[in-house]
Amino acid sequence: MTSPTAPGIAAGRIAAEQIAAGFADLHAPLAPHEVNVAADRCYFCYDAPCVTACPTSIDIPLFIRQIATGTPEAAARTIFESNILGGMCARVCPTEDLCEGACVREAAEGKPVEIGRLQRHATDTLMAQQGHPFTRAPETGKRVAVVGAGPAGLSCAHRLAMLGHAVTMYDAKAKPGGLNEYGIAAYKSTNGFAQREVDWLMGIGGITLETGKALGGDLSLDALAEDFDAVFLGVGLGGVNALGIAGDDREGVANAVDFIGELRQSADLGSLPVGRNVVVIGGGMTAVDAAVQSKLLGAENVTIAYRRGREAMGASRYEQDLAASHGVRLMFNVQPHFVHDGGINLEYTTDDGDGLKGTGETVTLPADQVFRAIGQTLTTDGGLTVEGRKIKVSGAGRTTRDGVWAGGDCALGGDDLTVTAVAQGRDAAMDIHAALTGA
Amino acid sequence: MADLTTDFLGIQSPNPFWLASAPPTDKEYNVRRAFEAGWGGVVWKTLGAEGPPVVNVNGPRYGAIYGADRRLLGLNNIELITDRPLEVNLEEMARVKADYPDRALIASIMVPCEEQAWKDILPRVEETNADGIELNFGCPHGMAERGMGSAVGQVPEYIEMVVRWCKQYYQRPVIVKLTPNITDIRKPAQAAKNGGADAVSLINTINSITSVNLDAMSPEPMIDGKGTHGGYCGPAVKPIAMNMVAEIARDPATRGMPISGIGGITTWRDAAEFMALGCGNVQVCTAAMTYGFKIVAEMKSGLSQWMDEKGYASTADFVGRAVPNVTDWQYLNLNYIAKAKIDQDKCISCGRCYAACEDTSHQAIAMSADRTFTVIDEECVACNLCVDVCPVQDCISMEQLPSGRTDPRTGKLVLDDYANWTTHPNNPGAVAAE
Repeated sequence: MTSPTAPGIAAGRIAAEQIAAGFADLHAPLAPHEVNVAADRCYFCYDAPCVTACPTSIDIPLFIRQIATGTPEAAARTIFESNILGGMCARVCPTEDLCEGACVREAAEGKPVEIGRLQRHATDTLMAQQGHPFTRAPETGKRVAVVGAGPAGLSCAHRLAMLGHAVTMYDAKAKPGGLNEYGIAAYKSTNGFAQREVDWLMGIGGITLETGKALGGDLSLDALAEDFDAVFLGVGLGGVNALGIAGDDREGVANAVDFIGELRQSADLGSLPVGRNVVVIGGGMTAVDAAVQSKLLGAENVTIAYRRGREAMGASRYEQDLAASHGVRLMFNVQPHFVHDGGINLEYTTDDGDGLKGTGETVTLPADQVFRAIGQTLTTDGGLTVEGRKIKVSGAGRTTRDGVWAGGDCALGGDDLTVTAVAQGRDAAMDIHAALTGA
Repeated sequence: MADLTTDFLGIQSPNPFWLASAPPTDKEYNVRRAFEAGWGGVVWKTLGAEGPPVVNVNGPRYGAIYGADRRLLGLNNIELITDRPLEVNLEEMARVKADYPDRALIASIMVPCEEQAWKDILPRVEETNADGIELNFGCPHGMAERGMGSAVGQVPEYIEMVVRWCKQYYQRPVIVKLTPNITDIRKPAQAAKNGGADAVSLINTINSITSVNLDAMSPEPMIDGKGTHGGYCGPAVKPIAMNMVAEIARDPATRGMPISGIGGITTWRDAAEFMALGCGNVQVCTAAMTYGFKIVAEMKSGLSQWMDEKGYASTADFVGRAVPNVTDWQYLNLNYIAKAKIDQDKCISCGRCYAACEDTSHQAIAMSADRTFTVIDEECVACNLCVDVCPVQDCISMEQLPSGRTDPRTGKLVLDDYANWTTHPNNPGAVAAE
């Protein structure tokens, strides 16, 4: 076995059992009694703030009351009616910034109702049962192309199929799921949950999946618009922003999303190489996911280098603490300067209100591996109008082209969250339905 | 440290906390553990007549109602009186009393309504040196079907008759335990007094079905697919019990008669409330069955601390203090006007007060876009529902409108004189104020 202190980038730095333990479910399912105790804490607020805080507006007090009264299946239906990916959202949502952050018990005691874990309890319960909980409306004869089988596309496809439309869903990758499958830390989606969820979702019927087909590759928007009654684009952000510094192209400098994707697809984490010294550039969820997982693979030193202060960090305080508790060092107000052999030079920054500036003071960290996590970019716009580096949309995801909708990370207005993508996909589906049927 | 020593009917006990006649006091082993834990007295589980003892069911005897986190709020039982031979119980009682002379030991008795039955058992109980007897006229299940328990307690004439026998054949104090399964609790209490009883104790358990098994379609606890009504007790029955205690305490016919309070007493505060309503001591069962005998330590320390804070030197100082303030609705002051007030610093914006008031009451709470909740004095009738449903203690309070102010709801001046329904112009039976 290689040791954590072995130089360079190497696999198997720690024992397989240790790796397995590290990558176990971050939030273990609630035990039956814990469910009752957690559900009992909900106050059933009027016009509840948690619902307002949920991008998909799940009726949280109702589903918790349904759990509390012994009907988690009914609770799950309440969840899925608003958010068909409620299972994944229960695992990956930054609840501390959304529902649980808005919970009145957070205000009262600093201890919100455990909405995320209760949602997982309900959705796990129903998904473990046979069959799909919803039935399709009679066929409408309308056909819709959904490009991208990530959270936005899946949500859109399911809603359209349920309303009786025939959906063909395309994805560039070999597997559907998008970032749920390729872009989220493994300890948030264990035991192949992302694929199980897609399979379960497809149980509605009326959705045909074609993988390995990308817009700009096998697919063109013109052809899709010609062949289908409507098109929904949920293609995400395929590109990764470059660091724009000397040494950006050196060996050992990679995209955090690629590292995470490779890790998610690996059948043997012990065979996955990781640096002894890892530096992640960025301050969002992806940075934390890459940093924590590097540590869990056995890297000796892992640092997140973020160019602004803690308060500006995209990752929630919970995620920051998660990183810190795994031994990841958080550095603030530093920006990459240049990458050299075995290390990275960072420059301290200051913001005097006139934009971020380097101070001239630098620090060098040893680095065998540097991960870029400073945001992603649209790789394909299908010729649509782009605004703010995203596809311009108005209303429920209407692009500037008739008959074409967009949602999720690729569209304007998203905030790069699974749950937001689900909401946009769902709302676009309702708008498409209205447009196609005049309903 | 306040002195908790209690004198009830001349029976001394180191504190007012007795264990009620029930499973916890069925035998020597339990009672010794109770005394070691610090209980002031016990009422030994009900003795039956000599001969083959009763038998209990061999399935579940209890059913429960839960609050959050499976906190037991109500318990229901179908257990009968002691199923051990009379002589065994009597021997054990004598031994325990000899070993714990400072503790109260009362024998609960239930035998048929025949003079001979009482004449037979009472001398034998007297020989144990028990401090007194409690007549079980309360159990609503099982024994009532055989003409005992609540079947007696529901007929005041029987109560009076049996009490007379007891006073005739037994020299020590006689306590009559009343059933709440009756329309007017004052009648059996009056009967007990007329018969010469030294005290009443109440309440016994309330007839109940705690739950229905929706698979088997049978009441719980279920015995081979069937269930029966049982006796309900525990925290859930406390309000019912306290009202009955207060009714007896303020009834001119029974005023001053000693009362031993029973019914959902779980904490020192519950005990203090019963005692303020006129109980010389209290009896506990469900709390002990839920948490074990150790709870008496909290009851003693809590009552003692409260008495010190209030300056009560002995329990007699506060027993009955709340009785004069229990009145009839018609005597409540209609000139007393209050309004709800929400403490915005304490409010967590859950909106339960709003939902309750808007949906089910007087539309007297306003909700702003930023979830600030405020009382609309023009609509508020001070019903208190918002206070009751608010999850934050002391967040909403009822504040009295001082006299001289105008009530924005009625447009009328708040008066500082007392006026009640008996003289109100809307009352067709009103009498002129004198």
